Amino acid sequence: MNAPVTNSLIDVLRQTRVVAALRAFMPEAQVLFDAEDTRPYECDGLSAYRQVPMVVALPNTEAQVARILKTCHELDVPVVPRGAGTGLSGGALPMGDGVLLSLAKFNKILSVDALARTARVQPGVRNAAISEAAAHLGLYYAPDPSSQIACSIGGNVAENSGGVHCLKYGLTVNNVLRVRGYTIEGESVEFGSEALDAPGYDLLSVIIGSEGMLAVTTEVTVKLVPKPEKAQVILASFDSVAKAGNAVADVIGAGIIPAGLEMMDKPATAAVEQYVHAGYDLNAEAILLCESDGTPEEVEEEIGRMKAVLSKSGATRLTVSQNEAERLNAWAGRKAAFPAVGRISPDYYCMDGTIPRKALGTILTFIAMMEKKYGLRCPNVFHAGDGNLHPLILFDANDPDEMHRTEEFANEVLLKCIELGGTVTGEHGVGIEKINQMCVQFGAQELAAFRSLKTAFDAKGLLNPAKNIPTLHRCAEYGGMHIKGGNLPHPELPRF
Amino acid sequence: MSTEQIVDAVKQAAGAQRALHITGGGSKAFYGHAVQGEVLETRSHQGIAGYEPTELVITAKCGTPLAKVEKALAENGQMLPFEPPHFGGAATFGGAVAAGLSGPRRAASNGYYGAVRDFVLGCKIVDGRGDVLSFGGQVMKNVAGYDVSRMMAGSMGTLGVLLEVSLKVLPTPVASRTVMLGLRDPADVIRRFNEWGGKPWPITAMACCDDEIAVRLEGAEAAVASAAKKLGGELTGEAEAAQCWLGLRDQTHVFFNGPEPLWRVSVPSTTAPLDLPGRQLVEWGGALRWLKSDAPADSIRAVARQVGGHATLFRADGATKRAAGVFTPLDPVLARIHKNLKATFDPHGIFNRGRMYPDF
Repeated sequence: MNAPVTNSLIDVLRQTRVVAALRAFMPEAQVLFDAEDTRPYECDGLSAYRQVPMVVALPNTEAQVARILKTCHELDVPVVPRGAGTGLSGGALPMGDGVLLSLAKFNKILSVDALARTARVQPGVRNAAISEAAAHLGLYYAPDPSSQIACSIGGNVAENSGGVHCLKYGLTVNNVLRVRGYTIEGESVEFGSEALDAPGYDLLSVIIGSEGMLAVTTEVTVKLVPKPEKAQVILASFDSVAKAGNAVADVIGAGIIPAGLEMMDKPATAAVEQYVHAGYDLNAEAILLCESDGTPEEVEEEIGRMKAVLSKSGATRLTVSQNEAERLNAWAGRKAAFPAVGRISPDYYCMDGTIPRKALGTILTFIAMMEKKYGLRCPNVFHAGDGNLHPLILFDANDPDEMHRTEEFANEVLLKCIELGGTVTGEHGVGIEKINQMCVQFGAQELAAFRSLKTAFDAKGLLNPAKNIPTLHRCAEYGGMHIKGGNLPHPELPRF
Repeated sequence: MSTEQIVDAVKQAAGAQRALHITGGGSKAFYGHAVQGEVLETRSHQGIAGYEPTELVITAKCGTPLAKVEKALAENGQMLPFEPPHFGGAATFGGAVAAGLSGPRRAASNGYYGAVRDFVLGCKIVDGRGDVLSFGGQVMKNVAGYDVSRMMAGSMGTLGVLLEVSLKVLPTPVASRTVMLGLRDPADVIRRFNEWGGKPWPITAMACCDDEIAVRLEGAEAAVASAAKKLGGELTGEAEAAQCWLGLRDQTHVFFNGPEPLWRVSVPSTTAPLDLPGRQLVEWGGALRWLKSDAPADSIRAVARQVGGHATLFRADGATKRAAGVFTPLDPVLARIHKNLKATFDPHGIFNRGRMYPDF
C-alpha cells in the first residue's frame, strides 16, 4: 500500500470563492464546506486514505452537474466524482483543494424496457436495485459485485466492476450499452448508444473503468438478460491445492463455462466455517464452488458433466445443492470470507491480483513460501475461474514490524502476479492505492500514452487527478488493501 | 515482416511525415474510405503466439490468417465468440480486430457472447512514433489503466499497427440447430425477435430476409431441443443451416447482390421496420438492419438518428462514399475527443489517414 496522503490544509479564500461560485446557482444545502458536513466524505471504502474535501457539491439535476463542471473548469478547481463510496482502491478519495461531486441524488431508475431488455438508470442507482426492478419481467442485470446491495452503477462504470458470475456473463464493460455524461468543460457527451454500437472509436470501452477521470456519468443504459430458470452449485473437496487448481483448468478444458467457479483454501474454509456454518468440508485442503445455471435441462446436463470432470480431477467429496436454500448457504460462506477472516486476526491486508489460471499452483506455492519468509499467515479466497486472487495477509497493525513485513509480503505477491503475466488489479481498481504498482506493470511509454489519453478528454487534468495513472516520479512503493482493526468500511457488505 | 521491420517502416514514415496504408489480407478493403499512402503489408507478420485452451485465451500476430486461428481453436473445441466475417477468405486476425465487425452470433441474448471488443483482452501495437506499446494482457479481469485494447477494435488501423492481440475464446456449443419460420408482417418479426430474446433460451442468431426467419439455438443438447420445440417452425439440416449463417456472415446471401449501395443501419433492437425505400434484411434480433437502397444518405442517416442509431455506408463506389461519408458524422464534442486521441497515438497522422473520417 502506498503511504497515506497528507491531509492538506484547506485554503479558506479559495474555498470561499468556490462556494460562492457554486451557490450562485445551487441552494445552500447542496454546497457543503463546513468540516462537520464534509468529513463524512473524507474517504471511500478504503479508509486508510482520508482527506476532507474543500467543498462537497450535491447536485440533483444534470443542468447543475454541467454548471458545476463548467465553473470548476473556469476556476481551475479539481473535481472528484463519487457514487456510493464503496470502492476499495481510494478512487473517490477527495482533494483538499477540490470539489467532491456526489452523484448520490441521481438515484432514479428512469425506465425499464421489457421488450428491448434494457434499463436507463441514473448513476446513483444501486447495482442490486436494477435487478430488483427487472425481476418481475424475468430479467436481471448480470454483473454482481459483492457489494451490490450498496454500490452504485455509476461507480461500477468507473471501476468496470466484476462479480462472481463474470466468467460467464462478463464485466460491466460487456453489459453497458451507453453512458451519458458531461465533460470537464460541462458539455453533454454520449458514449455508446442504445443500438449495439456507435460510430467512431469505441469510447464506451475507455470510459468504463476510467475511474471518473475522463467524464462525469449522469445516465447509464444497461443490458438486461433473461434470468436463468435454475441454478445449482457443486461443493468439491480436494486433498491438495494443486489438484483443485488443476480441476479448474480441467472443467474449462472440458468446454464448460461455469456460472461461477470459486476456490478457498483450508485456512480460509476454517475461518469461514466457524463464522457461517456453511457445512464446508474442514478436512479438505481446498474446496471449489462450481455453479451451473440455465434451463432445468441444461443445468441437469451440465452438473452431470461437471461432476464427472471434478471426480476425474481427484475430488474427494462432491455435494450438489438440492434446492435454492442449500445453494445460497453454500455461497454464504464464500461471501462472508472477508469478515470471517477479520474475526481471526486484528488486521488483514487484501490483494486483488489476477494471474493466468495455469499459474495458480505457482502463485499458491509462492504465497506459502512468503508465509514462512515473513512469519505471517495468508488464507486464500479467489475467483478461480478467472484467476483473480484475493489473498488475505493476517497481521497486527499495532506491531510496526508486522505492518512492515505485511507490506513487503504483499509487494512480493503483486510483483509475482505481474511476472506470471497477470495484473495488480482484477476488479478493485487502481485508484490511489495501487498507483505505484502501475509503474511496474506498465512501461514509461504506456504510462505516457495513458496520460495523453486523459488529456484528450480533460486537457487541464482536473477530473479526479492523481489517481490511477502515476506520474513518472511517483513510481516508488507498492502494496495492497489494508483493513484497519479487522473493520472494513461498510462491514455489513459481503466482500469477495 | 518482423516487429523490427514494422517499427522501422513506421519510424521512417513518421520522420518523413509520409502516410501509411496498413493492410492485411485486403478482404475488407471495400470498408471505409480509400486510403492514400505507402502500403504497410502486415500479412507476413504472422503466427499464433500463445494458445492454451484451458486459459480461454488466444494470442496471435496480426497477419495470421483468420482461418488458421479458427482452425487451431476448432481442434480444441473452441471458437472466436463473435463469429467474424471473412469476406472471401484472405481475412487476417489483425484485420478482424481492426475492422471490429461481428457476425450473426452478436444476436445472442443470453449475455455471454458479444462483439469483437467484448473479447479483446490485450494488444501490442506500434504507435505513430514507432514505439511498441502493450495494453491489457492475457487475463480475464484486468482493470489496471485505461482499456486501450478494446478501443483498438473497430479503429480501422487509424491509431496504430496492431502487432498482436489477445482474445478471450469460448467453447463451441455442444449442439446447434437452426429453425426456419415464415412470418409475413415485418413489424411482427421485430416484436417476436425481441420477445424471444427475453426468454431464457440459448438463441445465438436471429435473422430475417423477406418473409423467412432463421433462428439458431446452441448450447446443451436438451436445452436446444426444448427451445426448438417451443419456437416451432421447421428444423433445418446441418449443412443448410451452416450455409445460411455463412451467407449472412460473409454477405454471399442473395440479398447482398445488386448494384444499389449497401447500408449497415445499427438501431435499438425494437425499432420498427425502417420507413425507407429499398430492400431490408434484419440481423442481430432486430439490432442490425441491412438496407440496399439508392435513397439519399441524409434521409437514411436522419431515420437512423431519430431512433437512436446510426447508418454506415457499408458498400458503395468511391464517389458515393466520398459524397455521403462512410460513417455517421460525430457530434462536435466526440469529434474533438477523437482528434485528440488520434494525436495521442498517431501524432504525425500517418496511419490509414481518412479511412474513417476525412480529418483523421
